[in-house]
Amino acid sequence: MRIDESRALTIQSPGMLTTVQDAGRFGWMASGFSPSGAMDLAAMRRANLLVGNSMDMAVLEMTMTGVTATFGCDCVIALTGADMAASCYGQLPRYRAVAVRAGDTLICGSAKAGVRSYLAVAGGFALEPAMGSCSTSLKFGLGGYEGRKLRAGDTLPLRCPELPVPRLEERVLPAPLWPGDATQVCLRAVLGPQDAHFTQEGIATFLGGWYTVTPASDRMGIKLEGNRIEAVHGYDIISDGIAPGSVQVPASGQPIVMMADCQTTGGYAKIATVISVDLPLLAQARPGDRVCFAAVTIQAAQKAARAEAAALHRLEKL
Amino acid sequence: MNSYPAFLPAGDSALSVAFGDEINPEINARIRALCDALAAKPIRGVRECVPTFRSLLVLYDPCRLGYDRLVQKLRTRLAALGGAGQGSQRVFVIPVCYGGAFGEDLAFVAAHAGLTKEEVIRRHSAPDYLIYMLGFLPGFAYLGGLEPALHTPRLANPRTGIPAGSVGIGGEQTGIYPLASPGGWQLIGRTPVRPYDSARAEPILYGAGDFIRFAPVTEQEYVQLEQKQAAGGTIWEVRQGCV
Repeated sequence: MRIDESRALTIQSPGMLTTVQDAGRFGWMASGFSPSGAMDLAAMRRANLLVGNSMDMAVLEMTMTGVTATFGCDCVIALTGADMAASCYGQLPRYRAVAVRAGDTLICGSAKAGVRSYLAVAGGFALEPAMGSCSTSLKFGLGGYEGRKLRAGDTLPLRCPELPVPRLEERVLPAPLWPGDATQVCLRAVLGPQDAHFTQEGIATFLGGWYTVTPASDRMGIKLEGNRIEAVHGYDIISDGIAPGSVQVPASGQPIVMMADCQTTGGYAKIATVISVDLPLLAQARPGDRVCFAAVTIQAAQKAARAEAAALHRLEKL
Repeated sequence: MNSYPAFLPAGDSALSVAFGDEINPEINARIRALCDALAAKPIRGVRECVPTFRSLLVLYDPCRLGYDRLVQKLRTRLAALGGAGQGSQRVFVIPVCYGGAFGEDLAFVAAHAGLTKEEVIRRHSAPDYLIYMLGFLPGFAYLGGLEPALHTPRLANPRTGIPAGSVGIGGEQTGIYPLASPGGWQLIGRTPVRPYDSARAEPILYGAGDFIRFAPVTEQEYVQLEQKQAAGGTIWEVRQGCV
C-alpha cells in the first residue's frame, strides 16, 4: 500500500520494540487469541484522552527505547508512561497535549525509569482493524501495522482531523509516581482460581516476600524470581482458561504473571490474579525491579476498577 | 474437596466455573451447554467465555456486573440447563496426506504401536474426534478420542519449525498445527486445510464441541486440494452427526 507521507507518521528509527496497540482484541479468546492491547492501559488511555481521542483508540507502544519519527501534517500528540526524554525542538513533556507541525521530528531516547511509553496522535492512526482490533499480535502476525513491530521507513497513515483540539494548554495531567525513582512496587491480587493447590506456607511465601522481575519478561508474561512457592501435590492442572493478570506457578515454584499476549489456556496452577488496575504498574517494572503481592477481596478489586473507570470518564471532559 | 460446579475467582474481571476435575465428554458437554446458553442469551456485562476441558472462563466488566451478582446469574442459568447440552454435532472432514515427507514420524508411531503404517492411518482416520477446547495457538484444537494403541511419547527434542497443517500425535493427544510453530509432537501427516486464516470470513474453522474426522488422501490429491484452495475453493467438508 502506498501511503501519502503528508498524512502519515514516518518512522526513521523504530526503537527496540514499537507496536500499534489499542485496548485489545476481544471475543476471540475461545479460538485461542490472546487479547493483546497496551500493557499499561492506564497510560495508553490517558494519552488518548489528552489529545481528545476516545480512550481505547490505537496508539504506539514503545519499549525501553522510543521512536524517531516525522509528522507529515500538523498534529496534536501526547506521550505517557515511561519517560523516554522525548524532544521536538526542545524537551517534550509527558502527560501533556502538544501541538507539532508538519515536518517536525519527534526524537525519543531510552526509558529513564519504567519500560513502556505511549504516543497518541489526535484523530488516531488510519489503520484497518484486524478481527475487531488494531492491536498488534506479534505471535500471530496480526493487526496493527502489518502484524509486526515497526521498522525504519514505515509510514503510519494518520487521520489528521481538520478540527483543532480544544483548550490545548489545559490538557495536562500529573505524571504518576510509578514508574519513577522507586525500584519496587506492591501489586494487589485476588487469590485464586487455584490457590487451593498451594500450601498455607506457599501462599504465605507468595504474599510475604519480594520477587524480582527477570529479563525473560515480555508482553506474554512477567517472570519473577524469589522464594519458591510450595504446592500441595504438584503444579500441573488440567489446562483451563487464563485471564490477564493470572499468576501462574510452574514446577520451579517461581511465579509468572500473564500479560496482554499471554496464551488463552494453560496447564499450570494459578495462585492469584493481579487486579486490573495494578497490571499497568507491573507493565512498567524493569528487570531487576522488585514487586510484592498483597491479597485483596474481589469486592475491593472491583471497587478499584470502577474508580479507575470513573476517573477516565471524568477525563473525557478534559 | 470441591463440589461442582465451583465458582473460582480469577481477579476482578473474570471467573472460572469448574465442572469437575477430569477430562470426559459429559463434563465438557455441560460446559458447552452453559457457553451456548450465554451466547444465545448474553448476561449484560459478560464480555466473552472460554470453554476448556472442565471449566468455563467467563470474562466480564466489573463496572457493569459485580462478582456476587454474576455468580447468582450463572447459578440461575445452570439450574435452567438441566442435563447435558446437545452439542453442535458438526463433523469437519479434514483431508490428510499421511506419511512420506509430510509425516516423517509415521514409521516411528507404527513401530511404537506394533502396527503397520497402513493400520496406523486406518485407525487414526476412523473416529470422530471431539474438540474439547481451542487454545495454545489460534485454532489449535485439543481433541479427545485418540485410540490408546496410537498413544506415542512426544519427541525428546522438539522441532523448531513445524509447518502449518501438520498432523501429529503427542502422548494421548492428536491434532493439527494451525500455524508454523515449534513443537514436540510426532508428525504423521499434513493437511492443506488451514484451521486459522485471518483473511477468511470465518478466520477460525471450528469451535469447541465440533468434531474432526481425518480423511486420508494421496500426495497427488493433496496437491490438487492445495490448488483448489488457492483458487478460492473449499477443501473440507462439514457433515451433521457423528459416527
